[in-house]
Amino acid sequence: MEIDPFIFRLSIFILSIFVGYYVVWSVTPSLHTPLMSVTNAISSVIIVGAIIAALAGAKQNIFETSNIFGFLAIILAAVNIFGGFLVTQRMLQMYKKKKK
Amino acid sequence: MISANLSAFFYLISGILFILALRGLSSPETSRQGNYFGIAGMIISIIVTFLSVGNFGPGFIYVLIFLTLGGSIGAFIAFRIPMTAMPELVAGFHSLVGLAAVFVAISAFLKPEAFGLGIVGNIKLASLIEMSLGAAIGAVTFSGSIIAFLKLRGIMSGAPITFKGQHIINLFLGLTIIFLIYYLCTIQSSNIFWSIVIISFILGILLIIPIGGADMPVVISMLNSYSGWAAAGIGFTLENTALIITGALVGSSGAILSYIMCKGMNRSFFNVILGGWGATDKVSQANNNEQKPVKSGNADDAAFLMKNASSVIIVPGYGMAVAQAQHALREMVDALKKNGVKVSYAIHPVAGRMPGHMNVLLAEANVPYDEVFELEEINNDFANCDVAYVIGANDVTNPVAKSDPQSPIYGMPVLDVEKSKSVLFVKRSLSPGYAGIDNDLFYRDNTLMLFADAKKMTEEIVKSL
Repeated sequence: MEIDPFIFRLSIFILSIFVGYYVVWSVTPSLHTPLMSVTNAISSVIIVGAIIAALAGAKQNIFETSNIFGFLAIILAAVNIFGGFLVTQRMLQMYKKKKK
Repeated sequence: MISANLSAFFYLISGILFILALRGLSSPETSRQGNYFGIAGMIISIIVTFLSVGNFGPGFIYVLIFLTLGGSIGAFIAFRIPMTAMPELVAGFHSLVGLAAVFVAISAFLKPEAFGLGIVGNIKLASLIEMSLGAAIGAVTFSGSIIAFLKLRGIMSGAPITFKGQHIINLFLGLTIIFLIYYLCTIQSSNIFWSIVIISFILGILLIIPIGGADMPVVISMLNSYSGWAAAGIGFTLENTALIITGALVGSSGAILSYIMCKGMNRSFFNVILGGWGATDKVSQANNNEQKPVKSGNADDAAFLMKNASSVIIVPGYGMAVAQAQHALREMVDALKKNGVKVSYAIHPVAGRMPGHMNVLLAEANVPYDEVFELEEINNDFANCDVAYVIGANDVTNPVAKSDPQSPIYGMPVLDVEKSKSVLFVKRSLSPGYAGIDNDLFYRDNTLMLFADAKKMTEEIVKSL
């Protein structure tokens, strides 16, 4: 009997939850705001789906309804990717140690 | 065009880079490097997707145009946003992730063959469940985050909006969504799919309106978590490892933050989510303490006290953010340090409107992060400190949480401010805080109330120092 590939993805998913659990507990509380902005930025990797949607079957007509939703999703995700990473960077630049 | 196996391998690398991005946040020194890992992971994911789709026709140009357009908007926002507006920015960004998830799900539903999920009217069962779950959670995230954004921005009142039967309606809507997903799997009609999306939008709004302003730290964390689960749902649909890993990371990250925030208020998650805290107790508590004597002072008194202290602990809260007093505060601390006073900062887990809000504001004002301490680290030090300077915080300093089992905040961890020799409490009036209860601290012998705007008062103190 073969194992359904879904089970493998589910395994990755569940193991990642555990990884996330331990990694996030080790984040220092003073960086919880950057944590939120960076998780927000990385969850925009959903742009992968948006790109596939936008380019789907786009040989004849690249503006079918499904493509348009893809393009819209690309804009939204791109705002998040650039906004999320840059604002995180901006915040992290501000955290400084005491001058000796 | 690259093979599916090779691209899956690269997506895995992206996933690992995202894990490292979060790992970097365990200390400020490694955090900047962590952010670069995250950016690298994102670039790899996007390039691999282009290569695996392998369609570099006119559509590709449009993708680049829209990518640049969105990116410029994002970059513009990121550089222009003031640090005090960070909570609403994060809420706004969550809404975008949610909506993007909805759009991708819609697109996959309309054109499943492009994603290898079957054909219209005959989509693989598992994919159908995954995409409708992704769409539903995404829609809830979107509309919920919009409400959170409006409340944080002050466009909508932060007061809880409650009505009778609210929770029953929400439960009903939730069950309807589950039923519709089941129904969708049997007949695959697009009308049902649209209904799921619309009902989820409504549910998102109804879920967040009963939650009050100061509970926003929990709400933002929760929506953060939702956006992760929505991404994971889409990840399963697209069979994409990077999305599945990221969704799980973000989902658990948000869940942990919600937990930390709830613990910081000694309330259960459901107590916060079902909302309406403070709305009921206000009337009974408000009039009790009208006649108690209060000592009030001015900036000179405060400056005198602090100048002659050997150690001062500063307790910032949301009021500091509202008054934008962090820079003035920093100047005051500099002046005190010149006088040989030892100064540290005490941060309560739920101070502000999002996790870590105060830390960012202090960092913005160039306060070194090794002078800023969390509740457990510093709470014992109040007993040995001469002056506690409470600026914009209220409920988190209320000793009632330790002494009065009747109080709604009983059991909440609070900063032991009253143990310091004297307490300077900057506040505009004696009005109760968010929990709707009077703060016992106002009437203590060792408390001096400074009735003024947080920023103005701090600036005046700087002048008299």
